[in-house]
Amino acid sequence: MATKAFQRTYTQLQAVTKATVTLNARGVSNDELATVDGKLAQVVKTKGDNVTLQVFSGTEGVPTNAEVSFLGAPPTLRVGDQLAGRFFNAYGRPIDGGPEIEGEEREVGGPSVNPYKRRQPSELIPTGIAGIDLNNTLVSGQKIPFFADPDQPYNQVMADVALRADVDKIILGGMGLSNDDYLFFRHEFEAAGALGKIVSFVNTTEEPPVERLLIPDMALCAAEYFAVDKNEKVLVLLTDMTLYADALSIVSNRMDQIPSKDSMPGSLYSDLAKIYEKAVQLPDGGSITIIAVTTLNDGDITHAIPDNTGYITEGQLFLRADPDTGKVIVDPFRSLSRLKQLVQGKKTREDHSQIMNAGVRLYADAQNAKTKLENGFDLSDYDLRCLDYAKEYATRLLSIDVNITVEQMLDTAWEIFGKYFSPAETGIKQALVDKYWKK
Amino acid sequence: MSTKGKVTGIVSNLVTVAVDGPVAENELCYISVGSEKLLAEVIKIAGDKASVQVFESTRGLKNGNDVEFLGKMLEVTLGPGLLSGIYDGLQNNLRTMAGVFLKRGEYTDPLDREARWAFTPLAQPGDRVVAADWLGEVKEGWLPHKIMVPFSFRGEYTVKSVVPEGEYTVDQTVAVLTDADGEDVPVTMTQRWPVKVAVKAYKEKPRPAKIMETGVRCIDTFNPIAEGGTGFIPGPFGCGKTVLQHAIAKQGDADVIVMAACGERANEVVEIFTEFPELVDPHTGRKLMERTTIICNTSNMPVAAREASVYTAMTICEYYRSMGLKCLLLADSTSRWAQALREMSNRMEELPGQDAFPVDLSAIISSFYARAGMVVLNNGQTGAVTFIGTVSPAGGNLKEPVTESTKKAARCFYALEQNRADQKRYPAVNPIDSYSKYLEYPEICEYLDSTIQPGWTDKVLRAKNYVRRGREMADQINILGDDGVPMSYHEAFWKSELIDFAFLQQDAFDAVDALCPLERQKFMLDLILELCDRPFEFENFDECRVFFKDLINTLRQMNYTRFQSPEFNEYEQQLRKHLA
Repeated sequence: MATKAFQRTYTQLQAVTKATVTLNARGVSNDELATVDGKLAQVVKTKGDNVTLQVFSGTEGVPTNAEVSFLGAPPTLRVGDQLAGRFFNAYGRPIDGGPEIEGEEREVGGPSVNPYKRRQPSELIPTGIAGIDLNNTLVSGQKIPFFADPDQPYNQVMADVALRADVDKIILGGMGLSNDDYLFFRHEFEAAGALGKIVSFVNTTEEPPVERLLIPDMALCAAEYFAVDKNEKVLVLLTDMTLYADALSIVSNRMDQIPSKDSMPGSLYSDLAKIYEKAVQLPDGGSITIIAVTTLNDGDITHAIPDNTGYITEGQLFLRADPDTGKVIVDPFRSLSRLKQLVQGKKTREDHSQIMNAGVRLYADAQNAKTKLENGFDLSDYDLRCLDYAKEYATRLLSIDVNITVEQMLDTAWEIFGKYFSPAETGIKQALVDKYWKK
Repeated sequence: MSTKGKVTGIVSNLVTVAVDGPVAENELCYISVGSEKLLAEVIKIAGDKASVQVFESTRGLKNGNDVEFLGKMLEVTLGPGLLSGIYDGLQNNLRTMAGVFLKRGEYTDPLDREARWAFTPLAQPGDRVVAADWLGEVKEGWLPHKIMVPFSFRGEYTVKSVVPEGEYTVDQTVAVLTDADGEDVPVTMTQRWPVKVAVKAYKEKPRPAKIMETGVRCIDTFNPIAEGGTGFIPGPFGCGKTVLQHAIAKQGDADVIVMAACGERANEVVEIFTEFPELVDPHTGRKLMERTTIICNTSNMPVAAREASVYTAMTICEYYRSMGLKCLLLADSTSRWAQALREMSNRMEELPGQDAFPVDLSAIISSFYARAGMVVLNNGQTGAVTFIGTVSPAGGNLKEPVTESTKKAARCFYALEQNRADQKRYPAVNPIDSYSKYLEYPEICEYLDSTIQPGWTDKVLRAKNYVRRGREMADQINILGDDGVPMSYHEAFWKSELIDFAFLQQDAFDAVDALCPLERQKFMLDLILELCDRPFEFENFDECRVFFKDLINTLRQMNYTRFQSPEFNEYEQQLRKHLA
């Protein structure tokens, strides 16, 4: 942040908490940036001449006579085509040793798109993973998180999805990324030779947590530049949104706000929605698709973070380890893509949605059979067939290591159905059975 | 002179203002930021400090900024041209906004002031009229849109003159009324009304006596909603709340539909205005968009306007109800509105109630639901506002303040269930927990008996009983095992599965199955009950399972084919042969 002529400077702090400082100042505007003892901070509250600042990197070592300078503007990012291939920190400064970006300076966290100017998402984003493409098809302009326990390979899956997706730009927003994961992404992108279309904003666990609050806004500001100004298809990866929400709760706690469920701020829903709703299909062809990661505590989706996320996003992808096959699968029951019907049967084959439903229904029957088995009951012939089906279905379709086309997925499903069931048992429309059933 | 003030404090969108004169609770004001003016509403007054919630982003706002109070509450503009409109929560027309991004401080007119409407007078000079009486009529699309004595007029007026038949703009005077003091008052086609005040310009509000057909079997047959009734749909995310609401919006038997997208996803609104102009209203054959108004305050739009959006939507419904029309209001989701109240209450540092919601939440919700209803107008005609809200309970747990408060206020309860959704049994409405109080209304039962068939309510209760019994049997089978229970348990279980798969489940994305008229519902329920009433003899439970699976498959194929088409009849023959 360059020093400006009309900068106002104060040197008397009234109060200091771990994340905020309070002082007397005049003419301060809401959301404006400031520096406190050289650290970047933002105005979050004014009451008379009393101004409260949120210090992004924490207040360790900030004395009561620290120098506070107000910068007169909210956080900004310099945008331009040179963003591509670069790595930045939460403030939008290069961390890859390269030069500063020269370009237009834009406010981050800007206004939302007029809903009337949006277009209906209609383009399939193929990932090769059948648990996604077959059962939970992704569409451009969609926002969807992975719900995963910390031990699951969500970052790998996300990197796979990003590199296979047919998009112009990939923007990575890493919040509380471990240094190893940061290097993993960097290596994956380099190895795929895709660095030229990737922009990364990274806050690692080594950096202060409150800084993370800037990452999504920075990433989406860059995304809007490419999608709105350049009409490009942009995929934004945000990992891990749980750590972002944790940072929100730290700040609201320091400001003495009354917490709501799970000690999260009462505004959690709106705070998350502001980020996710940046996903958009624009009238001139550009689009922003958001794939995020929300880590769970032992699969608990009723916690305030995944719960609020689920109400905002257009579905969720649920990863879990399947003990029967030893694979990590995309859970067909708890995963959902709300936009799938916009492309299923329209951009894919006509039998897509019926195959999807039948496949999951039969998998549910297998789960019932399994419960019976665990309770020590005799299994019927149908139960046994269901169990065999479930194994093959999980291995050949649900597992995250699958990489085939949608057409191949559908053919595989028909083949497996034919192997274990009669057409009536699948409940598929007769016309489709007549056409596709493998005799 | 209007009251003025200066900003003295800012926390997010809660702003404190030092005022120099009188201000009222809920009064509007404009806060100046550079060349922009931001609309805000007074929510608390203490001494000369007013707390206002700003309907826009407060970025860049400074202490000392000027505030100008408007001396009025938040109002909507009512008049011809509201239908097929797309508005934000403050009734700004989103269609006429310039850029791709919403610009702060940009306010657009809800009505087209240039359009000319073909007016036909209904009142004569000399007629004695009161608020909401009809003075004339214009055609809004195909709907007769009544031009009324403004709701705000008190007492009796005499019609002095009405303009002759012809084309007029909404701002031209179409009638002159004389009040009790002999003052002449001009009336145009538009009027304004404060959104938080219920329109009460009608004769009486009787109990609802009819049901509103939605074409969704688990609603119309199992738990029907009355015309002028209230209902709500709580459910965890991913259980199909929105799909169900859209189905009701597409198929509901109403003249006017207002959809309030309150703090939900923008893409869901996009779906409505992309599809509705193409889709045909099954009742009139006209395009769906012609009867639909969208109030859209999506989750990323300013939080304070969320609360306003549901009130704006309700006021528009009340306006059309006064014309003797059937209106349906769908609000998705009322939880977001409650959360907006919570955010403000929190910022004002009020003592919190349960889950940090404001303590008067329950009262706010029930007084809002009370605005729905069927009414008898002054001229004896009837109009109705049916209201269905969705609730998004945190963690899917129905024991939370918004669900509990709504349960006290609404008469129909459509509980969406995670377990059913996981098994893709859509619509995931739990057939046992859900209820419609209207099935207990004698006038509704009589209506059903006379319009569908005598004894209909009993049939419905019998079908429900089959489902309930089946559930109990399923529990027993799970505990004791397939072999551990008598055959009759399996039979009862499979009969409930038959009702579930062939009747309760419905494919909202299938061209035929999505809409099931009452006549077809009657046919299917009769057929299914006939099957359920039969005694069967099975050798073993495997045979029972195979038999019922076949039945279910045939019935589902029937659901996918056109009613009483050759294929449909053939499936029925096949079914009967199978049973013989």
